[in-house]
Amino acid sequence: MIQTEPNIVLHAADVQKNFGGLRALSDVDLQVEEGKTHAIIGPNGAGKSTLLNVIIGRIPPTSGAVVFDGTVLTGKAPHEINQLGISRVFQTPEIFADLSVLQNVMAPAFARRDGAFKINIMRSFDKEYEIRDEAESLLQDIGLVGRSNDHAGSLSRGDKRRLELAMCLIQRPRLLLLDEPTAGMSRHDTNTTIELLKRIKSGGMTKVIIEHDMHVVFSLADKISVLAQGRIIATGLPQQIKEDPRVQEAYLGGSVE
Amino acid sequence: MFSISRKDLVSLVVFSAIVMTMPIWLAPFGAAYPGLMQKFVIYAIFAIGFNILFGLTGYLSFGHAVFIGVGSYTTIWSFKLLTMDILPAMVFAVIVAGLFALAIGYFSLRRTGIYFSILTLAFAQMSYSLAYSVLTPITNGETGLLLARGDPRYIDQIFGAQMNVAGLPQPTLIGNHLGGYGGFYLCAVLLIACFYVSQKIFASPFGMALRGIKSNQTRMNYTGFNTKPYTLAAFVISGMFAGLAGALLSITDPLAGAERMKWTESGNVVLMTILGGVGTLFGPVVGAWLIKYFENIFSAINLNTLNNFFSFLPDGIQSFVVTIMSKFVGEGWHLTLGLLFVVIVVFLPGGLVEGFQRLAARFRRRQTKPDKSPSAQPAE
Repeated sequence: MIQTEPNIVLHAADVQKNFGGLRALSDVDLQVEEGKTHAIIGPNGAGKSTLLNVIIGRIPPTSGAVVFDGTVLTGKAPHEINQLGISRVFQTPEIFADLSVLQNVMAPAFARRDGAFKINIMRSFDKEYEIRDEAESLLQDIGLVGRSNDHAGSLSRGDKRRLELAMCLIQRPRLLLLDEPTAGMSRHDTNTTIELLKRIKSGGMTKVIIEHDMHVVFSLADKISVLAQGRIIATGLPQQIKEDPRVQEAYLGGSVE
Repeated sequence: MFSISRKDLVSLVVFSAIVMTMPIWLAPFGAAYPGLMQKFVIYAIFAIGFNILFGLTGYLSFGHAVFIGVGSYTTIWSFKLLTMDILPAMVFAVIVAGLFALAIGYFSLRRTGIYFSILTLAFAQMSYSLAYSVLTPITNGETGLLLARGDPRYIDQIFGAQMNVAGLPQPTLIGNHLGGYGGFYLCAVLLIACFYVSQKIFASPFGMALRGIKSNQTRMNYTGFNTKPYTLAAFVISGMFAGLAGALLSITDPLAGAERMKWTESGNVVLMTILGGVGTLFGPVVGAWLIKYFENIFSAINLNTLNNFFSFLPDGIQSFVVTIMSKFVGEGWHLTLGLLFVVIVVFLPGGLVEGFQRLAARFRRRQTKPDKSPSAQPAE
């Protein structure tokens, strides 16, 4: 049994992952506090995305387990993990390219309200005013106002990322996993996204964020873990991480900023 | 609960009008006789159901004719064992076809893409050979299942129907005989009902989930949808539509043969859907009518018809034109259909319905010209 402090909502305990002979993750112990933003940083190939994929159930760990609020996630199907209240933004946006922008945001709301499977052909999604309004106001928040009826596939890459974020936010997840949410965005779009993520922070949502951009990390994170060669070499407050000589050596190449 | 959007209501009314007036507008095309119109309507039901699976979820089944066959056999057995009334026959056909779809779909849907298609094809071929030879006691093999004067028809017996009237018994609807046009209007009403059900599915959150599966199954899973039961439900619903179509085939012409389950029949419904427009409401219907028209009318054109048609040309040119054209009609109707299919898939990937929509859009744009939309893109 994995012992977890009461304020820890997500606990990856002693996670190992081997790909053939390659050890991608070894002895990773990650504890994420409820309501906090926890950033995972590290050089390319450090195992950040692998760790996120293990958490979300996309890749089973070789050993160890991931516990979310008392429930073991290891071995669960992706939709079951989502239904527990975990949403994920992918590194390359996963959206419904053939549906309209509005439908993209409405569909996840049905999963939240109706569960993993429901045949409800007597309703019409045009008449789902509550969810529609919620989706519209979220699109306004995220800066996609006026694009509701466009095909999602026609959006720019940056807009697709924001759309995917809206699709996660409408589910009001307890835990939001973000894999480089601002990659490929302009400086301006990056700042807008940071502002948005800061605002939803007040909603009590826990966030785990993987990011290369130090500007984004230090703007958002309450706590930072540094991953290098599949191991967590340091965990602490942003200020501690900035000053940690091991981190500077392994990743930041001498100095932060 | 039963309401539909104004746009869908207009579509439904227009569609009903088109179906109900078939005897009028098909007359100039030489197709306005009940036997053929019944086929038009029945295969439209088949295609509408197929489109709920293929058009919405993107899963391409190559074995949907199985469910037509199952519906047909069930109907004839209901006639033979229970009653000549068509209502129980249709209900049984839909249920049994749904159960077959549940079993076949459960295994086939474990794979996606080409492997799914091959699995459905394999099941269809197995069912075909079962019907053709192995299960001869049930299906009467090559000859096909027919009604007989000596059939027990237990329910009819209870109600004291005369069992030994001359000739074969005829299907009835609550005691009334269906004539040629009666059969057509019965099928037409059911087609309109099926169109309505398809509209409801298209407009529902369930339909949106099916579209989501076609668009991005990974995102669906990570959004909390369990996609397996969704695809299975779509498979079973489309199988039930096919079961109803099979029942109607056997009601309008009381026999059932294995050839209805042949793989070419499964292929036909794929062609119908693609030709008309995958994932659209009208597309499968248009495609079904076009293919049935070619199959029945175009194939009947012979040299005489062509000679008469081109008689206004000078002799030499007439015989030249007729020689060329004769390769594309009669036995050669497959050739014309194939060419048409290639042209549509290459130039109109959305099928004929997309073609109509493009024409309509161009027409509309010409009418309301430079009108810059006020909701232009906000400056970045």
